[in-house]
Order: sequence, then C-alpha cells, then structure tokens
Amino acid sequence: MPRPHLLLLIGIAFAAGLSALSERIDPYFLDVMTGIGINVILAVSLNLVNGHTGQFSLGHAGFMAVGAYLSAAVTVYLGPQLLGDEPGMFAQNAIFLGALVAGGLSAAFAGLLVGVPSLRLKGDYLALVTLGFGEIIRVIFQNVESLGGALGLNGIPYYTNIFWVLAFVAITIFVIVCVVNSTYGRGFIATHDNEIASEAVGLNTTRYKIVAFVIGAFFAGIAGGLYGHFKMTITPTGFDFTKSIEIVVMVILGGMGNTIGVVLAAVLLTLLPEVLRPIAEYRMIIYSFMLIILMILRPQGLFNFKFGKTRF
Amino acid sequence: MTEFLQQLLNGLSLGAIYALIALGYTMVYGVLRFINFAHSDVFMVGAFAGYFLGQYLPADTIWGGCVALAGAMAASAALGVTIERLAYRPLRNAPTLNVLITAIGVSLLLEYSGQVFFGAAPRTFPSVFPSRNFDVGTLTVSSNQLIVITVAIALVVALQFIVFRTKMGTAMRAVSLNPKAAQLVGVNNNVVITFTFALGSALAGAGGVLYSLNYPSIDPLMGVMPGLKAFVAAILGGIGNIPGAALGGLLLGTVETFVAGSQYSTYKDAIAFAILIIILLFRPAGLLGRFTVEKV
Amino acid sequence: MSLRQRLLLPLLAAFGSVALAQETIKIGEYSSLTGKEASFGQSSHHGIVLAVEEINAAGGVLGKKLELITEDNQTKPGESATVVNKLISRDKVVALIGEVASGRSLEAAPIAQRSRIPMIAPAATNPKVTETGNYIFRVCFIDPFQGTAMAKFAEETLKVKKVAIASSVSSAYSVGLAKFFRDTFTAAGGTVTVEQKFSEGDKDFRAQLTAIKASGAEAVFVPAYYTEAALLIRQARDLGMTMPFFGGDGWEAPQLLEIGGAAMNGTYYSTHFSAENKEPVVADFVAKYKARWNGEVPGAFSALGYDSVYVLADAIKRAGSTEGPKLRDALAATKGFAGVTGVTTINAQRDATKPAAIIAVKDGKLEFLKTVAP
Repeated sequence: MPRPHLLLLIGIAFAAGLSALSERIDPYFLDVMTGIGINVILAVSLNLVNGHTGQFSLGHAGFMAVGAYLSAAVTVYLGPQLLGDEPGMFAQNAIFLGALVAGGLSAAFAGLLVGVPSLRLKGDYLALVTLGFGEIIRVIFQNVESLGGALGLNGIPYYTNIFWVLAFVAITIFVIVCVVNSTYGRGFIATHDNEIASEAVGLNTTRYKIVAFVIGAFFAGIAGGLYGHFKMTITPTGFDFTKSIEIVVMVILGGMGNTIGVVLAAVLLTLLPEVLRPIAEYRMIIYSFMLIILMILRPQGLFNFKFGKTRF
Repeated sequence: MTEFLQQLLNGLSLGAIYALIALGYTMVYGVLRFINFAHSDVFMVGAFAGYFLGQYLPADTIWGGCVALAGAMAASAALGVTIERLAYRPLRNAPTLNVLITAIGVSLLLEYSGQVFFGAAPRTFPSVFPSRNFDVGTLTVSSNQLIVITVAIALVVALQFIVFRTKMGTAMRAVSLNPKAAQLVGVNNNVVITFTFALGSALAGAGGVLYSLNYPSIDPLMGVMPGLKAFVAAILGGIGNIPGAALGGLLLGTVETFVAGSQYSTYKDAIAFAILIIILLFRPAGLLGRFTVEKV
Repeated sequence: MSLRQRLLLPLLAAFGSVALAQETIKIGEYSSLTGKEASFGQSSHHGIVLAVEEINAAGGVLGKKLELITEDNQTKPGESATVVNKLISRDKVVALIGEVASGRSLEAAPIAQRSRIPMIAPAATNPKVTETGNYIFRVCFIDPFQGTAMAKFAEETLKVKKVAIASSVSSAYSVGLAKFFRDTFTAAGGTVTVEQKFSEGDKDFRAQLTAIKASGAEAVFVPAYYTEAALLIRQARDLGMTMPFFGGDGWEAPQLLEIGGAAMNGTYYSTHFSAENKEPVVADFVAKYKARWNGEVPGAFSALGYDSVYVLADAIKRAGSTEGPKLRDALAATKGFAGVTGVTTINAQRDATKPAAIIAVKDGKLEFLKTVAP
C-alpha cells in the first residue's frame, strides 16, 4: 500500500480511537482540539491555492461561510423532516455527512464562480478581488432573513465530534498530498514555479488555478460545516476578512507549499492564544509581536523542511 | 434634485477622506511594491496624537488646529520610520508575502497595544478647528467637509510635485523601477525608503486628524474600515498612481453614498467591492494604472 | 504551583478576590474585554468586579468567598463557546455571567445549557437568548418590550405619525429592536417612511440622513449603539434636521453626550438605568463605582453587570447550595429583587420583567423623563 494511503488509514483509525475515549477527555481540551482540526483543514486547503499553485487568495473565510451556512441549513431545516422524532446515532451521522458534503459542494461551486473571473488577475489584485468576494458573501448572508441575518443562525445541532474532525483532517491532507503528487498535480507546481514557462510548454495554467481554487473551496466548505455543528451558532461577522487573514498567516508561517509545515503552523497559531490566555489582554500583543519576530528570523516559514521524497 | 446634489456633496467629502488615506498606501506601494497593512493603524495613532495634543490646545482656533495637525503628522512620521527600520528593513530581500505578513503583525500589534494603552472605549476628539455650517441654496456644507476636500486636492498636487519635480522624487521613481540599478547610479536606497515612509505616514497622520474632526469619535480600531476602503480606492485607481488614488477615493465615496442613501443600503459594503471587482476585471491595472507587459 | 497558576495568581490578586486557603464559590465571566465592542465588555466587567468585591468584603456567600474567573472573547464570534467550555470544564465554575451582546450570549447559551450550569446574561436583550433552555436567565428587559415602549412613546409623547428608522445591518441588537418597533408602530396606525441601514463601525451617515430628510419623517428612531447614534445625530443636525431622534438602551453611555455635544438636545432613549437617577441606591452605587474605577461614570451595562452578581449571590443563598439544578430553581424563583437597575422579577421565560426609564436630553444634560412599566 502506498504511504499516503497507509497514513490516511492510520489517521482515521486514530480519530476513531480518540473519539472512543472522548468521554473521558476534558471538554475544553476537546474544544481546543476541534478548533485546531478545523484550522488545519482550512490552512491545508488554502495552501493548495496560495502555496502549491502560487496564487494569493484572501477570501477563504467566504467559502467557509458558504459551507457553514449551507450545511447548517440542511441539518436545521431538512434534518427534522428526514430524521423524525427519535433519530438513531447512525441516521444522525449520515445526515451530518450529507450536510457536510452538500456544504463542501456549494462552497466549491462558489469557488468556481469566484475563480473563473478573478484568476486572470495576479498578486495583490487577485488578493483584493478574493477579499472582496469574501466580503460580498458575508454581506449576502447578513441579509438572508431565513438564515438568521445579522443575529446569525442558532440552534444548529451539535453533531461535530472529534472523530469527524480528525477524519476530515486526514482526508484533506490525503487528498491534497495525492493531488499535488499526481501527474496532474505537477501542473499546480509548474504554475507556481513559472507561469510563463508552463504556458510555453502547453499547460493550461488558468485551468490549474481554477481547479486548485475549487478543491480549496470545497475543503473550506467542509471546515465551515464542521465549525457550524461544533459552535451551534454561526454569525456572518465570524467569516469576515480577519478570519481569511488568520488562515493566510498560518500558510505563510508554515512555509508556502509545505503541508507538514502548514499543519504545524495551524496547530501552533491556534494553541498560542489559548496558552497565552492567562495574561489576558497582553496576549494578543505578544501574539502579534511573535508573528513579526518569526517573519524576520525565519522568512522562509517556521517549518520549511523537506520530508522524504513525497512532496508534502 | 436637491437630494441628488446633497448626496453628491456627501459622497465627495467621504471620498476625499478615502483619498487622503489611499495616498499613503499608494506612496509606499509605488516605491516598495508591498501593501503596508499597518498604514491604517498609523492613521489611528495620528488621530490619537491629535487627541492628546488637543487637550493642551484652545478649541476652535485655526492655529491650534494647525499645531494639532502638524504634531500628529510628526508623530505618525516618526512611527512610520520606526516601523520601517525595525520590521520591514530586515526583510528587504524577502518575498513580498513575508513582508505582507509582517505588516499584518505590525497592524495587530498597534491595534492591540492601542487597546491596552488608550483603552478600548471610544474617546471624543476635541474640536481643534473652528467649524461652521454653510447653506448654499438648499444644500448644507460644513467647513470640515470643505477642509478635507481642499487638503486632499492640495496633497495630490504637492505629491505630484515631489515625485516628478524634485531630486528626491526622481530617486523614489528610480528605486521603484529598479532598486539595484538605482543603487549603482548612487541613490541611497535606505534614505529614499525612509523618506517615503515618513511622507506616507505623515499623510496618514494628517488623514487621522481630519477624519476625526469630521467624525469625532476615536478608538484603537478606528483605522480598520477606512483603511480597507482606502486600500480598495488605491487599487481602484491603479496602485502606485497618485492621481489614481484620489480618483479611486472619490469614486468609491460617491458610489457608496448613493447606495447608502437608496433602498439598497443593506448592501452598501458589498457594493464597494462589487464595483472594484467589475473594474478590475475590465481594467486589471486599475483606472489610471499602467499595464505592464510580461516579458520572459 | 503550575505555570498556569503562577501566571494567573498576580491577576487574581489584583482583583482582590484571591482566597487560596479557603474554599471558594467560582463564578465564570466571559466578556468582550478587547476587540470591537470592548467598551461594553469593560463596563459590565467593572460592575461585576465591584459587586464581587463588595460581597466578599461583607463576608461572602454561604460563608465562602466568591471567586471571579474572567475570560476575554475578544469580541470574536466563536470565541465565547471556547472560553465558556474552558470556564465550565477547567475552572469548574458554578455559574456564568455574560454577555452584554445577544449574539455572543447565544453562542455560550447552548454550552451552559448542556452542562447544566446556570447562566445570567446581564444585558442581552434579544428574546432568543433565554429561549435556548431553562438554565439561561437575564436581568434586563427584552427588545419586544423596549420596541413597544418606544413606539408608544413616539405616538403618545412625541405625537408623531411618520417615523424613519436608521438601523445597523450588522448588529443583531439593532435589527431586532428596529423590527419590534416597526411592528408595534405600524399596527398602531403610524407609518415608517423609510428604513435606512448602516454597518457597525460606520462613521459617515450623511447619505442615509439625506434620504431620511427627503422622506418627510417627523421623527427618527435610531436603534443603535451610542457611538453610531451620537455621530449620526451630529451629522443630522449639520444637515439641518431638527426633528426629535430617539433610541434604545444601546445609547446608554457617558460618551453619548461627549461625542454628540449640543446636537443631542431634543433626543430621547429608553434604558435600564440612569446615573442621573436620584434614588439613594443608585446614588450610592454611582459613588462606589466612581471610587473603584478612577472616576468613571457607570453606564447601564455596568449597573446590569453589578446587579447580575447580586441576583446570583441571592439565588445561591436561597438555594443553600451551588449545584446546577438547585441554583437554577432558585434563580427561576427570583422575585422582587431590588437592585440598582430597579426591581428584578424573573418570569416564566426566564427574562426579567422590569420597567424601562425614558431619558430626555435637554440643554446638554440627561433628564429623567418617565418610567414605562412592563
């Protein structure tokens, strides 16, 4: 069995094992773990766009919002009809999985709508247009009454557990590593390394960019769905551009295009504010200060290293 | 008709403010090719500098207002130069994305430090300039609006002069075009970049004070939204282009005002971005930006 | 001593509520101490700290001192859920106090409900908050009541038939209050000429105001927080709009008059509490608050924070225990509790039925106009 597949199985087995023990684990610890898992999915999926393919998207939170709202709409509005009064464990989880995939697909569709026109732009301009789309998505949700408007959507069932989060972390990493290492995936890296040269040898770089964008948006949507069924409440302001920036910081700090580094950075940056919690209002000063120092001391990313032959 | 003209006037005065902040973004981008995310927070510090100076100045006098303005510009320039020296210079040769993240870090640092040292509650900005309202026909204009529009126009002219008619301006353009070549012909890049930061940050400081005169409630996060809008304005006009920033600001302010005054006011924030996206799709370098042909 | 405790101790000592040797009653507070709405969080926090210190100085509750554990949610959506999980599972608090904002209270409520830890929201006025479950309480009135009160006020006291609304589209509080006002006002035969929207943090309202001016409204309802309201009214006066403006409890802050200045004359708002109130309890609270927080004048949120601690302490006393279910029952039975924001009685929906005070601004001063009974 190839190594990535083995790692995927190990990851899912680990998730199942941990969730069997979850009754005995401190809920705060589980809460932080879930937050880390969701951020890892977001960072790894954005890494496909910003890292491997070399584009600069600042609208990841927008796709997360699409996934969060759509999947929550499925479980809140369709769920009770499909499940009846006494839902079993299996039916619940099946509905949840369906809702997550629906959220991911709608986010992917939004990614396609955004990606086709905007990926003609480069660099800062692309960054701004994606940021703009992210904000537009947020404003639209703010105006949809049936999805709660400004108050947000409440009463989302608590379906996310540590198993789903870790399993999707494993799946996200697996899919992205496999895609990047496939023959097709070399196109992403070629687009990143030298767009003009890739065009010259006949690669359709625009298509690679859009594919990367759509895959990235799909997993952002999944992360959004997990987030919604974990917090039980989602508000449009939770998906504004500061959230996108947070994810971009994880990708850059981890080392662009370096999956393991990005995973570690996502873990570190989610843990840091929690660890610094006791020093209250000074913690965000320290957080931002560390960000500056790290960028100066390790401009190539905190965890930029090669790991075997497979490109992680 | 009255409503239309009044809205146009409202839009232009709001746009002039966006333009003021956008000029600083554009200056730094023009020379260094990176987005100084911390600019909007230098703007905030400028407003607070004006606030603290205002405590010692008499209210409603022209000279008092000028002292507050000058003080805020000096404080912001000093802050801008310090940020450049400590945070950006070590990354001069790093990829722009790293500098971008550092800039985000500096921005967060200023915002959170502001919340700890100035407190999070909004403060009331003193009225350091005399303020009056004029009735022109059926329209109402306030002197603060006129000051903002005048200052914005004056600054665009002054900046164009500095960039195109002075020795320092020539050096700035040289560094912007090719830093290494500029160094070879004897331009001291560090001096030029320091000067650019001082100038851009002084503009932010002036913007902060003028903004607070119009909207006298200041808090450590006051820079975020105007900063984002001004950034949009700068890109809209073609980033790096001084008249472009002014044009982008005025356009954005006017469109936003007309949307906010219509029944679609709930979509106001989205419309600003929608316009940006549409314009960028048809003119990818912004309204006045120059297209660059990619060479292999 | 773990590193955590070492970091935490100086902070707790600073709050004067550290009592290591003796067993304490732990109360969790989650609040927006930093970020966009930090001013609200800070003012309720100050009220809460003052109340805890007073109770401890008077000997505590059930012979034990109260220990306040405060967590900051940075005004960030999603953070409240995490910190409340931490307060419940790590710190083992017996009750929660928070939040000022309805949106963030709604995030914490399902977690408190699931863990059977009673939660008191000091100032979350959206009706949905306490609908989450039977462990969620509040000590303030709710928006439907406030909206109705202001609609009646516009009709009976201001005697206007045509009202325009300027509300914030990104604030749950503003959207809700605007809706309840509109429903009652139009049902009573009034007309809402136009409803213009802005976002939290906006500073320029001239566009919306110009549209309102053109709509021919006789008065303007502004269900927003004080920064936006004060700036909006100031710009309205600049545009030559002289009609009355009125709003809700979000206006309640000393900054309202500072920012608005002379423009605020001829405006009215409903609130939970007024520092101008001459009743001895209120005057006493204002004096103590000023002494504790360097001359800061308490706003409605400080007063509600203060009262929530006392309501909780009272319930713990009556329950004789800090167990979740017993404490919940005691809280639900709270009746006629006299605090600085008036008499609190918890009803079947776990909301406080309380009168609203209507304040008028005249000659640059707040004037107590009247009380509207529920």
